[in-house]
Amino acid sequence: MPTEILMPALSPTMEEGTLSKWLKNEGDTVAPGDVIAEIETDKATMEVEAVDEGTIGKILIPAGSEGVKVNTPIALLLAEGEDKSAADGASSGAAAPQQKAAEPKKQDDAGEKATSEKVAGPTPVPAEGMKHPEPEDAEGDLGDELPAGATMVTKTVREALREAMTEEMRRDGKVFLMGEEVAEYQGAYKISQGLLEEFGARRVVDTPITEHGFAGLGVGAAFAGLKPIVEFMTFNFAMQAIDQIINSAAKTLYMAGGQMGCPIVFRGPNGAAARVAAQHSQDYASWYSHIPGLKVVQPYTAADAKGLLKSAIRDPNPVIFLENEILYGHSFEVPDVEDWTVPIGKARVHRKGKDVTIVSFGIGMTYAVKAAEELAAEGIDAEVVDLRTIRPLDMATVIRSVKKTNRCVTVEEGYPQNSVGSFIASELMVHAFDYLDAPVLKICGKDVPMPYAANLEKLALPSVKEVIDAVKSVCYRD
Amino acid sequence: MASAKQKKPDGAPLSDGEPSIVKTMGMVETPAPAEFTKEQELQAYRDMLLIRRFEEKAGQLYGMGFIGGFCHLYIGQEAVVVGMQMALKDGDQIVTGYRDHGHMLATGMEARGVMAELTGRRGGYSKGKGGSMHMFSKEKNFFGGHGIVGAQVPIGTGLAFANRYNGTDSIAVTYFGDGAANQGQVYESFNMASLWKLPVVYVIENNRYAMGTAVNRASAETEFSHRGLSFKIPGIKVDGMDVRAVKAAGDLAAEHCRSGAGPIILEMATYRYRGHSMSDPAKYRTRDEVQKMRSESDPIEQVRRRLIESFGVSEDDLKTVDKDVRDIVADSADFAQNDPEPDVSELWTDIYAADVPQAAE
Repeated sequence: MPTEILMPALSPTMEEGTLSKWLKNEGDTVAPGDVIAEIETDKATMEVEAVDEGTIGKILIPAGSEGVKVNTPIALLLAEGEDKSAADGASSGAAAPQQKAAEPKKQDDAGEKATSEKVAGPTPVPAEGMKHPEPEDAEGDLGDELPAGATMVTKTVREALREAMTEEMRRDGKVFLMGEEVAEYQGAYKISQGLLEEFGARRVVDTPITEHGFAGLGVGAAFAGLKPIVEFMTFNFAMQAIDQIINSAAKTLYMAGGQMGCPIVFRGPNGAAARVAAQHSQDYASWYSHIPGLKVVQPYTAADAKGLLKSAIRDPNPVIFLENEILYGHSFEVPDVEDWTVPIGKARVHRKGKDVTIVSFGIGMTYAVKAAEELAAEGIDAEVVDLRTIRPLDMATVIRSVKKTNRCVTVEEGYPQNSVGSFIASELMVHAFDYLDAPVLKICGKDVPMPYAANLEKLALPSVKEVIDAVKSVCYRD
Repeated sequence: MASAKQKKPDGAPLSDGEPSIVKTMGMVETPAPAEFTKEQELQAYRDMLLIRRFEEKAGQLYGMGFIGGFCHLYIGQEAVVVGMQMALKDGDQIVTGYRDHGHMLATGMEARGVMAELTGRRGGYSKGKGGSMHMFSKEKNFFGGHGIVGAQVPIGTGLAFANRYNGTDSIAVTYFGDGAANQGQVYESFNMASLWKLPVVYVIENNRYAMGTAVNRASAETEFSHRGLSFKIPGIKVDGMDVRAVKAAGDLAAEHCRSGAGPIILEMATYRYRGHSMSDPAKYRTRDEVQKMRSESDPIEQVRRRLIESFGVSEDDLKTVDKDVRDIVADSADFAQNDPEPDVSELWTDIYAADVPQAAE
């Protein structure tokens, strides 16, 4: 059966074009990569490469034809052993068992004809009529970690974090907490309330205001076999300590050839609180997620906060545990089971849906969840994926969801350049390109230092409306 | 050791008109050099000579292209680490910066493993993945090998914290140079160490130059033994070219820490003969200055002279030691040149420690 060569799209926006020139004639043999034709639109011209090996059996669209729709068969390719009668027998556009779009020629090294320069940038409207490969395992394992029959108790994130530390300190005498105001003051945000009373000053250690020093001291204590929890009053202050976190904590296992690692948790509130302006309002998720050797966790729910903090404390690697001041007071259902842990590196499908995937984490989830609710009222069924861990990032779950929904919007409070969303978008390009019906859109914090004024602060952060608008855009809904 | 005398450990109230700095300076007197037995002199001689010959060989291998990147040689400073090591006991921890080959050999790490790490081979202490500045031996309680100037100081303080936490009597010896002594994290560490009475000996190896900058061009206070005064940390200035003086100061410092009295600073007046690293043009000091230190104060020559003059050791006996040392170094160099590079699969190992089992999984 001959293979149909289809009219390719030059860009996501292209619907039709001109087949300007054939570079091969009927009867010519072609190999993958051979340029067989040139096509053009009002924006660009591009060479069409053969994908398969064979002989051009029949040219269906003559050179010079205008208005050729994307995915129209333009020629028939005969495999070895097939003769021209097979091509003649196949009526144009009828049976197409092996539809394969010819691939637009990949941009190559210098020396190749530079065609891509003429291609206009993509706009958020997809090429029509693309068929997606069937997704495998679209539902998949949705990470239902709850033990059967577990009862749920309502708790704040603050209580959940406190329980996690308390339980792990009871479990392992090598675990201790240090940081500014963690002991006698009972924690700047009351996460460590009551810990001093239970565990004493040996294990709940008030430090001077000296982030670089106590982060490094924690690293040394971890080298010696202890399991420190280092609390930063906020991760904004951890900028003072970032050399110890990256150069000492993250890299030592590798530099020591595996001999010696650094089991330590750096935790504290991250990102914007309310009206604390530029120096106290930055999301560091993408910063730390850049570093091999670190694990980076940023929970949203109380159940995840508890389960992930317990896992982080037990983990033999340095873990950056990013909390959020605003979420501390939020209440969620937490399973009332003994030793509740959540594995690091696994995303959770927070809400099932079929039309679009919204990927978020931490406080970004508040926008995502609200947007999904409002979108449901308008008939758009969004799936919301809570990453929970930023490194190692569970792309498998994101990809599985996007293969089902074919659209993706990411939501985070961090800056747009090199954001977590940027990474997800690039991974989806590589691993789910054929499934995407629209460009991946990122909703991020604005690319400005956080302003103080209430109205400007609100503008600088993502909003539910921005998420909704992005979702509608990728769904081509007004 | 017996000559050590605490002058004002308790910070007694000052009388009027007395400048406070006088009261707090030099809180501990420099002890007299230790009296060495013949065996101790021989051990010091051998251990220092091993470092010297090892470093000379490393310099050669660097010149031949077997060692890449940075290579900071310890030649001239051998008495510091050898004297300190003689004052320590099993379980005490060592951490230092990037001029670290001497410290590794002094803790008993194998010359082969160290040299093979310098050449980036699989038999190196870090499988060739760390290099000159990043080597560790948990077995020998050597915690690196740190390439960021001053970063080892809070780390060493954390090792001491762990000793206190675990209730052991081990001490953490934290080495750094006159250059690192100007880093902020050093003082953050001093404050916590003194506040919590952590058993840490801060050994400041003052070799007079931070890279190419003489101490008086970089430091407002060039008496590094005084650098802990604001934190009530006593300091002693020690002749770091005399291994016996180092040993005596090390004994005093170790006892101070083990007694629960908190940290102590030892400023070692020493000198590096070679450049900061292999690529040092050495424009910042004269050849005569180096020559004078070598001929008048060389730490190995001092011991050699005492062995011959005071202990009647023969040149032949010393030659035997020299030969043993040369054999160890030659063997390490041979190993380091012939050991294969790490397997390419090592690129992707040791990034994360294996996950611990988790109850909910």
